[in-house]
Amino acid sequence: MADAFIELDRIEKVFEVRRKTGFLKRERRRVRAVDSLSFRVERGEMVGYIGPNGAGKSTTVKMLTGILTPSAGRLRVAGIDPSRERTRLAHRMGVVFGQRTTLWWDLPLIDSYKLMHRMYRIPDARYRENLDRLVELLGLGELLDVPVRQLSLGQRMRGDIAAALLHDPEVLYLDEPTIGLDVISKTRVREFLRQLNTERATTVLLTTHDLQDIEQLCSRVMVIDHGRLVYDGALAGLHEVGESERTLVVDLERELPPIDAPAPARVVRVEGPRQWLAFPASESAAGLVARIAARYPLVDLSVREPDIEAVIAKMLRGTGDVPEPPPDRDASPVTEPS
Amino acid sequence: MGSWRVYPAVAAGAFRRYATYRAATAAGVFTNTVFGLILVYTYLALWEARPGLGGYDQAQAVTYVWLGQALLAMLAVQGGGFETELMERIRTGEIAVDLYRPVDLQLWWLANDVGRAVFQLLGRGVVPFLFGALFFPAALPGEAAVWGAFLVSLLLAVLVSFAIRYLFALSVFWLLDGQGVAQAVMVTGVFCSGMTLPLNAFPGGLGEVVRALPWAAQLQVPADVLMGETAVPAAYLFQAAWAVALLAAGRLVQSAATRRVVVQGG
Repeated sequence: MADAFIELDRIEKVFEVRRKTGFLKRERRRVRAVDSLSFRVERGEMVGYIGPNGAGKSTTVKMLTGILTPSAGRLRVAGIDPSRERTRLAHRMGVVFGQRTTLWWDLPLIDSYKLMHRMYRIPDARYRENLDRLVELLGLGELLDVPVRQLSLGQRMRGDIAAALLHDPEVLYLDEPTIGLDVISKTRVREFLRQLNTERATTVLLTTHDLQDIEQLCSRVMVIDHGRLVYDGALAGLHEVGESERTLVVDLERELPPIDAPAPARVVRVEGPRQWLAFPASESAAGLVARIAARYPLVDLSVREPDIEAVIAKMLRGTGDVPEPPPDRDASPVTEPS
Repeated sequence: MGSWRVYPAVAAGAFRRYATYRAATAAGVFTNTVFGLILVYTYLALWEARPGLGGYDQAQAVTYVWLGQALLAMLAVQGGGFETELMERIRTGEIAVDLYRPVDLQLWWLANDVGRAVFQLLGRGVVPFLFGALFFPAALPGEAAVWGAFLVSLLLAVLVSFAIRYLFALSVFWLLDGQGVAQAVMVTGVFCSGMTLPLNAFPGGLGEVVRALPWAAQLQVPADVLMGETAVPAAYLFQAAWAVALLAAGRLVQSAATRRVVVQGG
């Protein structure tokens, strides 16, 4: 057994949903949000955790952080059963939601940090040291005395990341940390996370819709769909399995017949002087670009990354393993653990 | 539980937070004063027609009015305290952020509400109260001990007020929307706390009932402690009993509610 920091063994989570079906009539229905999910994450790993909306990502994170109790299975984070010892675990983890904030909305940023200082019982010297380091790395110096409500989204995001790291958590859960950020802010956040992971060996679980987050940060990616793990491995492998394609958009000097591209690249759309070419995501665009530039009057070009949903959808179709949404209306009674 | 030192920090933060809403505070002071004037003249007419109503003389009735206006915001009798924010956080699922913290949810919000209450007492309460005491007949005690007893009673009132609204707010875990709950907080608060008429003046069986309900611990009991209309130990006992019972109920509901967290939003 290696040093498994996060360990899930056949974890299930079933919710009972009551739906109104008529006047005073309710229908009870069980929804299996997580279905026999098993995986391990080693200490210091940085893992991308992706899947379509409603796949069970945030349910998993809620179980990992202890605010939700699994219906069945065994779950350990740092050797702790999260739902039993939520508060103890809370001292050792950090959580950042892209769309939510832990910061005190009406008060200056520094006030939230002072609160964290007390909340996590961070020794004074440690607090000062961490605060200084985070302020420098995340460029928060000018912002400490600004009320949080006046911060831009990118600034607030950096403020939230700092808040989650003041107490030196061993594991960091990130949910869409770059959502809505401009390119510069995205780059800054990613650079910081990479540094954090290499220098402090913080274990990071990253949930995102942005494939570039994963590409630039994670050597390993897990894909969840309908509560099941459908892929666990390198990102490159995901592209292969999902046969995902990038798109090269070229602007030519004038309207021309579809570009004669070397297979497997092919023109998928033509609109006036602009043409769209699809090519495998695992291949470099350089060869294709050079070839087109040599033979066509090229004005401009750009490359579009495949979006994560498309890759996953394609992968699921490709393997023919599209699980039906489990209705679960029959089955034996599910006991909600307390 | 987390560190105990976090709760004073939370209360201090809530105090400063409310202190940033200066315009709202000024508007509140003005409103309380105007409402106080309207009520005072109504009460004066009423006590003219029914002297000694509810065991109060005219000066006591007028003092009761100004006390009510001074404590309205502090005790969030009409709502508008922490519970508005808590209900919104439950509705949007943002409550999850609170649960990731190594703190106790109930104590966290209690600290929040105490910080708010202290600010509202100073920011919203003092001016209308002094205004009333200066320009109208007043039945205020001379001894410092009575004022001290009143402050203790006020602290207990804050606990009861918090405990009531905490229970209301947690219901949003099941109801999924806080608008109706906010209405319920307001209507029950205004009527059962005696904001319209002292509970002592409620007739017959209705009076017996409202005087036994926890809302009586908010305005009626502290007012009677201040004006010497009740035995202090009995008043404390009544308030403390409700505070303990409702806070305990809050804990029970909280543990049931947090198990439902996930239903609302990712």
